[in-house]
Amino acid sequence: MKNFEQWNGFEGTLWREEVNMRDFIQNNYTPYDGDESFLEPATDATDKLWGKLQELQKEERAKGGVLDMDTHIVSTITSHKPGYICDEYKDLEQVVGLQTDKPLKRAFMPFGGIKMAEEACTTYGYTPDPELHKIFTEYHKTHNQGVFDCYTPEIRKARHNKVITGLPDTYGRGRIVGDYRRVALYGIDYLMESKAKDFENCGSGSMTSDIIRLREEISDQYRALGQMKKMAESYGFDISKPAKNAKEAVQWLYFGYLAAIKTQNGAAMSVGRISTFLDIYIQRDIKNGVLTEKEAQELIDHLVMKFRMVKFARIPSYNELFSGDPVWATLEVAGLGIDGRSMVTKTDFRFLHTLENMGPSPEPNLTVLYSSRLPENFKKYAADISIRTSSIQYENDDVMRPVWGDDYSICCCVSATQTGKEMQFFGARANLAKCLLYAINGGIDEKTKVQVGPEYRPITSEYLDYDEVMKKFDSMMDWLADIYVNALNLIQYMHDKYYYEAAEMALIDTDVRRTFATGIAGFSHVVDSLSAIKYAKVKTIRDEDGIVVDYETEGDFPRYGNDDDRADEIAVWLLKTFLSKIKKHHTYRNSEPTTSILTITSNVVYGKATGSLPDGRKAGEPLSPGANPSYGAEKNGLLSSLNSVAKLPYEYALDGISNTQTISPEALGHSEDERINNLVNVMDGYFNQGAHHLNVNVFGTEKLIDAMNHPEKEEYANFTIRVSGYAVKFIDLTKEQQLDVISRTCHKVM
Amino acid sequence: MENKYSGLGLIHSTESFGSVDGPGVRFVVFMQGCKMRCKYCHNPDTWFPQKGQWITSDELLKKALRYKSYWGDKGGITVSGGEPLLQIDFLIDFFKKAKEKGINTVLDTSGNPFTSANPFYDKFNELMKFTDLVMLDIKHINSDEHKRLTGFDNKNILEMAMYLSKIQKPMWIRHVLVPKITDNDEYLYQLRDFISSLNNVDRVEVLPYHSLGEYKWQELVIDYQLKGINPPSKERIENAEKILGCNG
Repeated sequence: MKNFEQWNGFEGTLWREEVNMRDFIQNNYTPYDGDESFLEPATDATDKLWGKLQELQKEERAKGGVLDMDTHIVSTITSHKPGYICDEYKDLEQVVGLQTDKPLKRAFMPFGGIKMAEEACTTYGYTPDPELHKIFTEYHKTHNQGVFDCYTPEIRKARHNKVITGLPDTYGRGRIVGDYRRVALYGIDYLMESKAKDFENCGSGSMTSDIIRLREEISDQYRALGQMKKMAESYGFDISKPAKNAKEAVQWLYFGYLAAIKTQNGAAMSVGRISTFLDIYIQRDIKNGVLTEKEAQELIDHLVMKFRMVKFARIPSYNELFSGDPVWATLEVAGLGIDGRSMVTKTDFRFLHTLENMGPSPEPNLTVLYSSRLPENFKKYAADISIRTSSIQYENDDVMRPVWGDDYSICCCVSATQTGKEMQFFGARANLAKCLLYAINGGIDEKTKVQVGPEYRPITSEYLDYDEVMKKFDSMMDWLADIYVNALNLIQYMHDKYYYEAAEMALIDTDVRRTFATGIAGFSHVVDSLSAIKYAKVKTIRDEDGIVVDYETEGDFPRYGNDDDRADEIAVWLLKTFLSKIKKHHTYRNSEPTTSILTITSNVVYGKATGSLPDGRKAGEPLSPGANPSYGAEKNGLLSSLNSVAKLPYEYALDGISNTQTISPEALGHSEDERINNLVNVMDGYFNQGAHHLNVNVFGTEKLIDAMNHPEKEEYANFTIRVSGYAVKFIDLTKEQQLDVISRTCHKVM
Repeated sequence: MENKYSGLGLIHSTESFGSVDGPGVRFVVFMQGCKMRCKYCHNPDTWFPQKGQWITSDELLKKALRYKSYWGDKGGITVSGGEPLLQIDFLIDFFKKAKEKGINTVLDTSGNPFTSANPFYDKFNELMKFTDLVMLDIKHINSDEHKRLTGFDNKNILEMAMYLSKIQKPMWIRHVLVPKITDNDEYLYQLRDFISSLNNVDRVEVLPYHSLGEYKWQELVIDYQLKGINPPSKERIENAEKILGCNG
């Protein structure tokens, strides 16, 4: 059993004998049920650094969204010299380390695809080194090339017509959360020893392809750990041994994360559940009299500042999908332990407090793991911060804990993953709204008029018959699930082969659990369309070739979002049916298939590619995001809408069900106290029904309109709003997406 | 519809998330039908009893109970309108059943149907047994102005307030602040004096006039009489709140 002096004062034994973060945390954390009055304001150092960073962000926006780009160096863990926010304030930085040698400078990352890496440069007026082009076309293959070498014509067609969409075949799949806390608790040497042991025990000597691949992966991980040490050394730190105090713990942990974001440009690069862990170190230092509250807050502020600086070079089509330059540096606070104790610590308050000390911000994607049994003081503080900053999301710990235990992280916008024990194959979305239209048109795409799906018999009647549509929709979903899973199997294979996440996987158990995360787009529109066909009369409008291109719906029908079982039952049916079809198929590396209802700002782009629907949504209009009810469908206010979404069973959408709601402050209550209490009541009521996720925005439509028309106003520079699954600076959204956000229901006073 | 109770109530609509209509988070029922014709009314579509939807008290309660998980220890049901007291039999029926389930009940009224004559008076006393809080909207303290603004004088309304004070029924007073009509210091002081004479008022709320309901008047093809009147300024709202001693 190891016993480092850095561990003095810590309790427990299991975690000393093996890498076991949960055991360490459960044995050592101090729950806090007091209020926020202990919190300290930003220090001078924080103000200076954050002020500098805001200047850089302004400059970045003025330059069209990118401040600087690397065009010569391929980004690796050790590729760049140390970088700092600015030379003048170098000594003020409590936490150091940048992705490149300069702040907000974007690294060159070609392993996902050289074309994309180059396009990202040229879009912003940079010219990538031609030598890099040669290397990554003539000498070395990329993930993207691997995928396109193997796609079938059928998959290409489905992809091109966007019935499957957002696939991670041109960028990093992301969503893998390394357990960055391990670097702090164990130091790199211990972790390398542990991986070396795994390597020894990998296979019995007969070299099957599974064993060969795993042995190679462990070797890559081992090497990545060595590189992390080197990178830290260049900043003047020796991370081979455990961190000895809070400052080191924060720094060690951040180096682990930095290794990940230097090597991967995944759509989501989450930080994980670090706050209760870090609190143990802060608590020990404060007890020993070597750290003050002011210093503790400064550490957390500076760490969060680093998470606010994460940048990747993106191409325009990517930005259209994921608007506002998000990286999903998702970071969780709160939650309960399996033993029922609250895991809220003072550091959970400190993380939320960063939104006060440095103002609202989209990153890190701060997530409260919610339960009505969390300490009242914390619930109220979180609600207060939500009302003032609209920068927090809430996820139901009571539905996630039974599935993922009490040490899970959120690996993307809303999807849970067991920290250090699990990885996820991210799989974007199947557009079920288009699938329904394919069912009606016999596999012909309603926009391009190409035969994309199988040539089943189309519906020829003037009025749609519910039973007939359902039968055809069922067969078309079978086809879609099949082609979707196949495309994903192929993508994940190539990603493992050409763009393996060695740095993150080095901080995850070798014997890893894998999930296969599929997703649904167009959810509410399919539900309402089927309801319209069932309860009203839907007439088809055909073009000269007999293809249905529009619908006229006569009469009223129940819509999802009004707590009306007639519509909501269709919603539950749709989710269950789609997942059961996915589950029929073999999934890569025997991963566990899951699904989600969480389209993000991509709802605008997906909508563009989708024809008119029987629910009244016209061709090209945005789909409603995530599991949100459709625009204008909600007739009975916020809570009926929430009740509808709460009916979707989380067990069938383990990858997440996102819901974004905007409430005007006046509608939340007259006084500050009332608003806080009412918001807590809304969340208690929603999550106690088993709902999964809620994005809370508190502002009026007028503010959005003013911000759209006057983005130059100082007050809007950091105006942050929650969109489906992440937060974004409103002025960084495209105009189209701004209009989309504005048109969504804002719950007001009657 | 006041005379013979059919077992049904005529409602305009319901709102699942009322957070400014009484304590906490509340399910709000908007009853259909009102006799007053307030110039600033933002729900003129609730005036006419020919519209609306008939519903039994059981059905309505079932609907409300879907939101119980949001109510916490303060929230509950608010019946507003239209003018709920026009359907007092239904209210008694509904609130009685709600109280059996331990639900907090709030009556949001203009007081216009109040009279100390029977049969209304006995019914009102019965209703108060099942009502936790009355929110009384005093439109204007001056009776003539009240008549000009709503079509009715305010005698019985003030009488109702005094009666509720006598029986110690908790009450919130609400007052819509309309520039040129109610936003006048003289009237505000009069209103304050009246409120001070009551001993059951837990809260006074100033509701700034807004013109968001104007489109409904157009839909109903009724002339909107407050055209050109803007919402009161922040200073005037604060002034009114100060005079009336609003305690938030």
